[in-house]
Amino acid sequence: MKAKTILLLGALTASLGFIGAGAQAQNLSGAGGTAIYPVLSKWAEEYKKATGVAVNYQAIGSGGGIAQIKAKTVDFANSDKPLTPDELAAAGLVQFPQVVISITPVVNVEGVKPGELVLDGPTLADIFLGKITDWDDEAIKKLNPKVKLPKAKITTVHRSDGSGTTFNFTDYLGKVSPEWKQKVGSDTSVSWPTGVGGKGNAGVAQYVNQVKGAIGYVEYAYVIENKMVYTKMVNQAGNTIEPTMAAFQAAASNADFTKVKDFYLILTNQPGDKSWPITAATYMLMRKDYPADKNQAVLKFLDWALKKGQKQAEALAYVPMPDAVVKQIEDAWAVNFVTDGKPIWPVAMK
Amino acid sequence: MVDAVIRESGIGTRGRALDVVFRAATFFFAILVLVILFGIVAALIDGALPALKQFGFAFIVDSSWDPVKQIFGAFPAIYGTLITSFIAMLIGIPLAFGIAIFITELCPPWLKRPIGTLIELLAAIPSIIYGIWGLFVLAPMLQSHVQPFLVETLGAIPLIGFLFEGAPLGVGMLTAGIILSIMVLPFITSVMRDVFETVPTVLKESAYGIGATTFEVVWNIVLPYTRTGVIGGVMLGLGRALGETMAVTFVIGNSHQFMTSLLAPGTTISATLANEFSEADTPIYLSVMFALGLILSVITLLVLAAAKFMLSRMERQGGS
Amino acid sequence: MNPYARRRLVNMTVLSLSLAATAIGIIWLAAILWTLLENGIAALDVDFFTLDTPGSGSDGGGLRNAIFGSLIMTALGTFVGAPIGILAGTFLAEFGRGNPLAPAVRFINDILLSAPSIIVGVFVYEAMVLRMGHYSAWAGAVALGIIVIPVVIRTTENMLNLVPGSLREAAFALGTPKWKVIVFITYRAAMQGMLTGVLLAVARVSGETAPLLFTVVNNQFWQGVAMDAQMANLPVVIFQFAMSPDHNWQRLAWGGALVITFAILILNISARLLANLRGFSK
Repeated sequence: MKAKTILLLGALTASLGFIGAGAQAQNLSGAGGTAIYPVLSKWAEEYKKATGVAVNYQAIGSGGGIAQIKAKTVDFANSDKPLTPDELAAAGLVQFPQVVISITPVVNVEGVKPGELVLDGPTLADIFLGKITDWDDEAIKKLNPKVKLPKAKITTVHRSDGSGTTFNFTDYLGKVSPEWKQKVGSDTSVSWPTGVGGKGNAGVAQYVNQVKGAIGYVEYAYVIENKMVYTKMVNQAGNTIEPTMAAFQAAASNADFTKVKDFYLILTNQPGDKSWPITAATYMLMRKDYPADKNQAVLKFLDWALKKGQKQAEALAYVPMPDAVVKQIEDAWAVNFVTDGKPIWPVAMK
Repeated sequence: MVDAVIRESGIGTRGRALDVVFRAATFFFAILVLVILFGIVAALIDGALPALKQFGFAFIVDSSWDPVKQIFGAFPAIYGTLITSFIAMLIGIPLAFGIAIFITELCPPWLKRPIGTLIELLAAIPSIIYGIWGLFVLAPMLQSHVQPFLVETLGAIPLIGFLFEGAPLGVGMLTAGIILSIMVLPFITSVMRDVFETVPTVLKESAYGIGATTFEVVWNIVLPYTRTGVIGGVMLGLGRALGETMAVTFVIGNSHQFMTSLLAPGTTISATLANEFSEADTPIYLSVMFALGLILSVITLLVLAAAKFMLSRMERQGGS
Repeated sequence: MNPYARRRLVNMTVLSLSLAATAIGIIWLAAILWTLLENGIAALDVDFFTLDTPGSGSDGGGLRNAIFGSLIMTALGTFVGAPIGILAGTFLAEFGRGNPLAPAVRFINDILLSAPSIIVGVFVYEAMVLRMGHYSAWAGAVALGIIVIPVVIRTTENMLNLVPGSLREAAFALGTPKWKVIVFITYRAAMQGMLTGVLLAVARVSGETAPLLFTVVNNQFWQGVAMDAQMANLPVVIFQFAMSPDHNWQRLAWGGALVITFAILILNISARLLANLRGFSK
């Protein structure tokens, strides 16, 4: 009996020691979109090796990120759908862009290889509206005279969760198809006329891989990581564009954040001969009313990602923020995060 | 001597005080169970009120799900919940019945325990495993082999054809129903087995005595005798199917559109909660989530109460 | 065909069908277990148990933090839920006779027992996560504890009721106070059955995903026993990894699925063996 008691007490003390150790490092929690997740999780791994701080990011969708930062359950959030200056003021949030993401249609059609199929905005809209139901439809054949299209039904795959990727994709469809704009509109979650819903970019990619004849939309990093069958798109200038880093950079170069408030900028359907038509800035959201040390820890991580994380971003075809924009972002931090009259940024870096 | 015994046994003021304390402790924790349930119900009602006030009764029959315009209707989710559970029952009850007959009437005694255990192990497998098995194994198999066959054969029959139309996806309400049927099978089988065993042997023997076949004994003697218990077991399985979340979320296709075809994607209340609860970022959206939870709780509560009622009547009858 | 032959035919058909039904049930179990083994065994190496969850697009990695987190939260949930369940079950069995509250508690308990676990998750999100301002392993453990309680109450009550009244009467005759009778005599007699109940509860909550989704979510890293933060756990990791197209993640998800299923099956079978040891089963 005595030996057992001693063992138990010993185990308890040991575990208390564990609890203490766990609580010492300033670990951060974040939630938000799945589009940025591939690069954010890499940044988190590298950052932990560099500084010992663990940044735990849960990709639950942009809608989830917005909901959780408003509910104060996470330290920072991410959203591919920017909030308007009014929404930000009402919720006491600060937002700024972190990288530019690119959205690509992906398909699962027998015999079609990656990059073989060409689609344009109106056709894509009609597919997702449910007006085009078969792969050998005239509209698709017209864009792809040399591709052997099977007689198979199209299954559209969209996001079942609140998604900034959806927001940007539907925004693009609304810009190229008046019928889409009127019937469906654009938001993180819409009333899809047809198709199945997958959870997260990952879920959409999963369903597209599983269901023959499927078409979905995912952030390009998922295409790279999982070798998916992507399509080319026809952009605003009428050129057929392959989704490459150069095409994404061409689109992102049009982004001028100096002319807008709170960095609110929608980057879909950018002009330019070489631009990829569906790009977007993805935004980090933070609360103004969090304690200074918490926000400083988050800012240190995001600053590291903006300056030192560019290599990981480019490897996954995200367009990093150019130096001028980084300066603009950090000036905004100094203005927005103020405790006792003193800005909490910049902080002396170790 | 007697004093020593009394002192040792702890009788007296200290013993009685501890008695009161102990009894109070057990009473307190028993009440805690009530408190927890009432807490859950209260939290659900409290959270659901704004949505119910805004949409009213129409919430239950409305099919629109438009987070852009903030218009929500629970009908597709309720429909999906009921339809998938119905399919689960349609497949599960005959299977459970067959297994129960096998175990109680046909099986050699030394095999009863192992087979019973194997079937009950189906209940031990976590629901998320059913989900991934459904998505990776069952859905592709259904998409390539079973569903096209269904569309061509059953889809052509005039009155029920509308249930089997559309592109074969592999995922959808039918797949969810099939997975659910496997999940509820052990529950229904277990209850059926137990109530079948309560039938007095003399009743069965008299039937055998006049030349009845095994099937006739089961159909005419065992089933009527255990009728209430069987229904109770079925309701227990139904309650389980209605609330199942993870298995369904993987294979149901997550579409809020109301479609009549069983091959179409749909949603259930629990799948909607699993997918959208964390991201309901407006007060009304969150309230709609709570309202869905409330509706699910009410449905499950009614079914479970009915099950309990039937089973307790069976127990009383069995004693007679 | 004469009526007797037809009756024989019907009988034969039904009995064959019932045999087929049993075969279907067992084949399904075998199919699921086989899929788990086929896909999961490849993932089970030393790395699997010693490395933490990798980011997406990385190779290698393991599920150490998830396994550890699940163990911690399940253990905590059981430490909290089992005593509550045992004491409440004791109330129903020992003090409940004649008390009108007892049937009410029993009824409510059965409802809680079969309540969808996602509702428990929603409740703990509102009661703890929102109030605390962050997800935490505490909330996850509480959600699991709430699921443990009804299971333990049901088995405890049943087991205590099985203890022969003569044992209690003998103790009372010696002048033992009621609480001592219960704790030292009745509990000891029913210990096996009560432990079985706790084991079954542990098996039940080990696989629960939905309640953890809303209370603790997940954690990419290892953070020891940091209860006040998010903690990795097997079910949510399996959920996230299986739903992604990342092949490395899928491999790990199958491994995790194999580990969790066989752990639960072993717990179940052990509970059964324990219950049958001295013939205390139903």
